[in-house]
Amino acid sequence: MLTVHNLEAFYGDFQALFGIDFEIAAGETVAIIGANGAGKSTFLKTICGLMRTPADTVRFDGAPIGGADASEIVKRGIALVPEGRRLFRSLSVEENLRIGGFAGRSGAWTLDRVYGLFPILEDKRKAPAPSLSGGQQQMVAIGRALMSNPRLLMCDEVSLGLAPIVVKDIYDALPDICTGGLAVIVVEQDIETALRVSDRVYCFMHGKVSLAGRSAELSHEQISAAYFGL
Amino acid sequence: MSAAERDYLIERVTLASRIGIVLAIIVIAALISLPWWGESSTMRLIVEFICYLVLAQMWNLLAGYGGLISIGQQAFFGIGGYSLFLLANSAGINPFVSILCGGLIAAAFAVPTSAVVFRLQGGYFAVGTWVVAEVYRLLVMNAPVLGGGSGQSLRAMLQFSKSTRESVTYWIALAIAVAGVGLVYWLLRSRFGLALTAIRDSEAASESQGVDVRRYKLLVYVLAAFGSGLVGALYYINTLRIAPDAAFSIGWTASIIFIVVIGGIGTIEGPIVGTIVFFLMRELLADYGSWYMIGLGLVAVVVMVKWPRGIWGFVQQKFDLRFFPVQRRVRFLEPARPDQPVSLEN
Amino acid sequence: MVWVNAIVQGVLLGGLYALFAIGLSLAYGVMRLVNIAHGDFIVLAAYIGLLVVTTLGVHPFVALPAVVVLMFLLGYLLQRGVLNLTLGPDILPPLLVTFGLSIIIQNVLLESFSADAKALEIGPLQTASIRLGEQIAVGWFPLIMLLAALALTVGLELLFAKTPLGMAFRATSDDQQIAQLMGIRNRHVYGLAMGISFALIAVGGVFMGIKTTFTPDLGPGFLLFAFEAVVIGGLGSFWGTFAGSVILGVAQGIGFQLNPGWGILAGHLVFLAVLLFNPTGLFARTR
Repeated sequence: MLTVHNLEAFYGDFQALFGIDFEIAAGETVAIIGANGAGKSTFLKTICGLMRTPADTVRFDGAPIGGADASEIVKRGIALVPEGRRLFRSLSVEENLRIGGFAGRSGAWTLDRVYGLFPILEDKRKAPAPSLSGGQQQMVAIGRALMSNPRLLMCDEVSLGLAPIVVKDIYDALPDICTGGLAVIVVEQDIETALRVSDRVYCFMHGKVSLAGRSAELSHEQISAAYFGL
Repeated sequence: MSAAERDYLIERVTLASRIGIVLAIIVIAALISLPWWGESSTMRLIVEFICYLVLAQMWNLLAGYGGLISIGQQAFFGIGGYSLFLLANSAGINPFVSILCGGLIAAAFAVPTSAVVFRLQGGYFAVGTWVVAEVYRLLVMNAPVLGGGSGQSLRAMLQFSKSTRESVTYWIALAIAVAGVGLVYWLLRSRFGLALTAIRDSEAASESQGVDVRRYKLLVYVLAAFGSGLVGALYYINTLRIAPDAAFSIGWTASIIFIVVIGGIGTIEGPIVGTIVFFLMRELLADYGSWYMIGLGLVAVVVMVKWPRGIWGFVQQKFDLRFFPVQRRVRFLEPARPDQPVSLEN
Repeated sequence: MVWVNAIVQGVLLGGLYALFAIGLSLAYGVMRLVNIAHGDFIVLAAYIGLLVVTTLGVHPFVALPAVVVLMFLLGYLLQRGVLNLTLGPDILPPLLVTFGLSIIIQNVLLESFSADAKALEIGPLQTASIRLGEQIAVGWFPLIMLLAALALTVGLELLFAKTPLGMAFRATSDDQQIAQLMGIRNRHVYGLAMGISFALIAVGGVFMGIKTTFTPDLGPGFLLFAFEAVVIGGLGSFWGTFAGSVILGVAQGIGFQLNPGWGILAGHLVFLAVLLFNPTGLFARTR
């Protein structure tokens, strides 16, 4: 579904990604792990259009989407749950969810279905987004991305700043999300969780892929070496 | 790449700056001697030029290095001018000494003014400074002791002969120009300048490094007010007549903005280039009244859209020209490759 | 009683100022853009109104919708063609560009219409008033302006709170990067915001042209009034801007009653006082 070939990314003169190759098929859950600053978030931003890249370094269903406007890419079916949630402060919970549907894609995800997935949000539908707890805000962020009925969902560090029990609740909902061929990229600092929920895993280090393979088949030593560069 | 792998020098001097220093000395020597061989009108024009130049340098200091975009510097310009008239006409103080006092009084006014305008940020700060300038203008207009709406003349200058008046004004102007440019240049090479650049880049980061952001901003604001007040007094000792609508006019800011748009902010050469272009345009196009102003406005709009760093800023970046180097450059010295200067500024 | 009248006139004046100010508040709220030429566009709207009235021979109230539509288009095109290119982390380019626009507009108007005072005539309605007792007169036209300002304020609040466009405005203002991920096209949204701002300016300009004579140089003064109203009222709320406008009008009215030379100065001083003692404004709702 998505193929990335020789992706480079720059912040001004600073190079963050050095020739990344990556691919994901429909229905797959792929995890990306790596230390802070390895380039994981930068990678997701490049795919969803928040950062520029040459057109054919990123292909979605064979069509080059690199460098396209973010507002166009979401209409093709790629949604991002951003690092740090980044809910719209001036909007209520329900408005944050509704606005996720502005891309105009039809599909199974509706407001009711999101409330079915995260019932607590229905109780707080009118509340201003900043008033929710961290875990609840994460649910809103995920729901908001789902409202665009994506074919590829990218989750950037959804466990950041959350208690383990909350993280578990969120990831427990992942199977209910991954229906209908939805592909999911999960960026995680928590290696155990990342390996548990994914089919395949990539490890990033200093802007390059240091390891790639099936999650069930990689050993502790391999991962440590790739993660820490030892 | 660790530091052990390569040696590097941090240096500031460039070839252009070395040439620049020599040129500057020659030009300044010629200018100092002008009263003995030049005309009155030339001297007055140069004094006026210097007024615009130093005003632009002050604005540059505020905006380019302090991150404070003010469109109300005319407040301090006017205060400086009126201080001159008050002290010289009413208090009998030597007018030339009063020029300095004009700067000091303007700086004094800047302190309470900052208490008010610093409550605002960004574009709102800018308009706020304009409101303050308007308040000063209205207060002066409603004060009969200052001459009210019709202003007053600098009668105190009658005690001097014409040539004394012109020469001393001229030399003071030269001194102010050299001091002004020199001071800004020195400031920016110092720790003060480093702090300012840091603040401009990121206030939050600077605070966390122990930089007292508020104090630096206040210092820059007061310093710029001092310079503007000094120039205000200088301008009106040159023209000998002041009125509130002119002294506190937004037109001063408009001219400075044009100069800065041409020259770019954040450099020292920029205001010099900008002032030269401004005066050239004025000499060539002043007869065309509103069309001249429309032209200036169009230039400002087009330049800021295409070259946000100003025309000079664009040229400077393209050709890497630095006559007044303030940025520190890192020069890597690698045994296997020839010297390649690499500059580490934005 | 003469003081009560001064306050009443001030409130009515606040209606005009609100028409000036809500457009500025909108542009700043959505895009953090301070349009230095805001006041000059108000004056431009009055002159456009004059053109429509003289070429089509219609009543200014009939010309008003035409001016609104024209100004909306102008605002949209200006935003997309020029101002969008200057938006970014650096606040200097938009300030200098709008400053340049201010100079251009003033001088183009000067060249086109000369410095002679012009006016939009509406006949007897201009001076008709309701007498409330001996010393208080409520002019019909100032009342219309106040009601129009009220209606537009309510309209804007509803637009922002209840409509998808309003949601897009709020989201883009909160986080323009993530708003793009919602399929929102920022450039278009900014264009619409400026277009609406200009439509509001159009109403303010035409009404101003009816209320008073106008010349090309009045722009900067109007910018300052609009700006003061927004700051007094506090950011993030159109009701706040409306309230701030009324307060400004009343301050000027009282100042004027004390001494005709002090009217505008009184407004400035109230603005400064609010800044000093309540910098976020009196009715701020924002972040």
